Amino acid sequence: MNPQRSLLAASRWRWWEPLLWIAAFAAPFVLPRHAAIVNEIAITALFALSLDLILGFTGIVSLGHAAFFGFGAYAAALLAKHFIGDPLVGLAVAVAGSTVLGAIFSLTIQRGTDLTRLMVTLGAALILLELANKLDWLTGGADGLQGVTIAPLLGRFEFDLAGKTAACYSLAVLLVAFLLLRRLVRSPFGATLMAIRDNRLRAMAIGIPVASRLSAAYTIAAGLAGAAGALLAQTTGFASLDVFAFDRSADTLLILVVGGTGWLYGGVLGAVVFKLLQDLLSSITPQYWTFWLGLFLVVLVLVGRDRLLKPWTWVKGKKSATSGRSHA
Amino acid sequence: MLTILFDGIAYGMLLFILALGLAVTMGLMNFINLAHGAFAMVGGYITVLLMQKAGVPFLLCLPLAFLGSALLGGVLERTLYRPLYRKPHLDQVLFSIGLTFMAVAAVDYFVGSTQQILHLPDWLRGRTELGEGAWTLGMGHYRLFIIAVCAALTIVLQAVLTRTRFGARLRASVDDQRVAAGLGINVNVVFLSTFAFGSGLAGLGGALGAEVLGLDPAFPLKYMIYFLIVVAVGGTSSITGPLCAALLLGIADVAGKYYIPKMGAFIVYTLMIVILVWRPQGLFVRQGGKA
Repeated sequence: MNPQRSLLAASRWRWWEPLLWIAAFAAPFVLPRHAAIVNEIAITALFALSLDLILGFTGIVSLGHAAFFGFGAYAAALLAKHFIGDPLVGLAVAVAGSTVLGAIFSLTIQRGTDLTRLMVTLGAALILLELANKLDWLTGGADGLQGVTIAPLLGRFEFDLAGKTAACYSLAVLLVAFLLLRRLVRSPFGATLMAIRDNRLRAMAIGIPVASRLSAAYTIAAGLAGAAGALLAQTTGFASLDVFAFDRSADTLLILVVGGTGWLYGGVLGAVVFKLLQDLLSSITPQYWTFWLGLFLVVLVLVGRDRLLKPWTWVKGKKSATSGRSHA
Repeated sequence: MLTILFDGIAYGMLLFILALGLAVTMGLMNFINLAHGAFAMVGGYITVLLMQKAGVPFLLCLPLAFLGSALLGGVLERTLYRPLYRKPHLDQVLFSIGLTFMAVAAVDYFVGSTQQILHLPDWLRGRTELGEGAWTLGMGHYRLFIIAVCAALTIVLQAVLTRTRFGARLRASVDDQRVAAGLGINVNVVFLSTFAFGSGLAGLGGALGAEVLGLDPAFPLKYMIYFLIVVAVGGTSSITGPLCAALLLGIADVAGKYYIPKMGAFIVYTLMIVILVWRPQGLFVRQGGKA
């Protein structure tokens, strides 16, 4: 099979995928009381997808991906509050804005080690958090940005309290982003990203422009994260400082790792599991659910994250744990 | 102005003691330990609880805070950290974030989420002023005390690292773990004791800093970034690097908050990003050492 066809074959629909998406779109109608959580899951999944592009496919460890999520959220909310409330226009502006922001910040991630990248990405999110906090005439500061009204979607569908429209809207955006991303990572461009992830030195040696590819991946991921943020702001009619919070970046990292990195359905699956678990745990222990989250993370790493889904390998095969792919 | 400089130095010294253990784990063992702030928090809480509940004098609390967090650090190193030294950085990040989340929730559960207040003894409360006008130097006694303790610690540490047998073994293990092991150095013991000592220093820093920085369950998350900045900017191969970075950061932060309070912590983060883009390995890197 020639290379082009093998790449295309990998991005073709499997038989079970249409069923999955139909089930997802049907969920808000079958379970109308849970439409809000379907919406939340779709947004989280979109955010996790965007992190997967840089972490799972390109190998950039980022602790501050919420920077772009938050920027998109504030951009969409401010636009709706002061200019026009049309959701699609807001989405487009938020995506454009966070893409530009991502392009600027992508200059900072090209050099250095994992530690340096962790620090500058974390720093980027914190700078935006400080800005949103201090520019309170614009963003409402610590109280958040209130009074955001969103016009009906396509001029017809109102955003209601039950959240059916919101869920369908977010799911549709998620589907479009998913298809675009799959096309992207199964293209020659995506193949170079994975080559960089696996061995940067070797990728450089065969003539892949590493720095510009890293920037491009980071910029695209920033745009997608901005879309997720915009969806959150539009469907809740609210933007507050916690969109930039460190917890959000950390949670998303966890979601992605639970679902599996470098596999686009991983982010979606992780988001479903995580949100349902969060819902369940925080209804049992509302204040201390982060303890269980932390415990889960620790156990996950000690067991080995690639083996968590395969319980039968926990007891035997201690040796194979160390032979996993190394990012060093 | 001198007062601000003085406060900045005190703050920087405190950050240095807090971050030193982290410099050790990140520099030596190449382990990204985001849970370092949790050890500092443990030290702070040991001090506060001992003083409030048992009436232990402040000066006695400091060594106890050191010992308590060192013990905890040692136990955790032996049980949880050691298997992870060879894992990818992502695993280490996830693991230490998990530990931090657990520590935050556990402290919240056992002690409560309110900010703890440390009652300093009387002789540390005063303030001395020197000079006059724009050049007034106002020195809080407690800050003087912090500077004195931290300076003494720094000198002792530098001596231990460069003059003693243990220091030589440690530096050998840092530079090349395998060759050091081949020379008959028990790398595991060296790392265990160093990790425990670093955690102890964090605990001591937390105890000293409880009055200045404030102590509540969110402490590890709030100050994590500061420790990381100190280590990332200073480089991890010597203790002078983190010391300079900590002083720079302390002075920049205090001065920034005094002169342009609207900007808040903005200055510090921007400074960090600029430095890291300019020198990704940190400002003070020893030539020839392994990155």
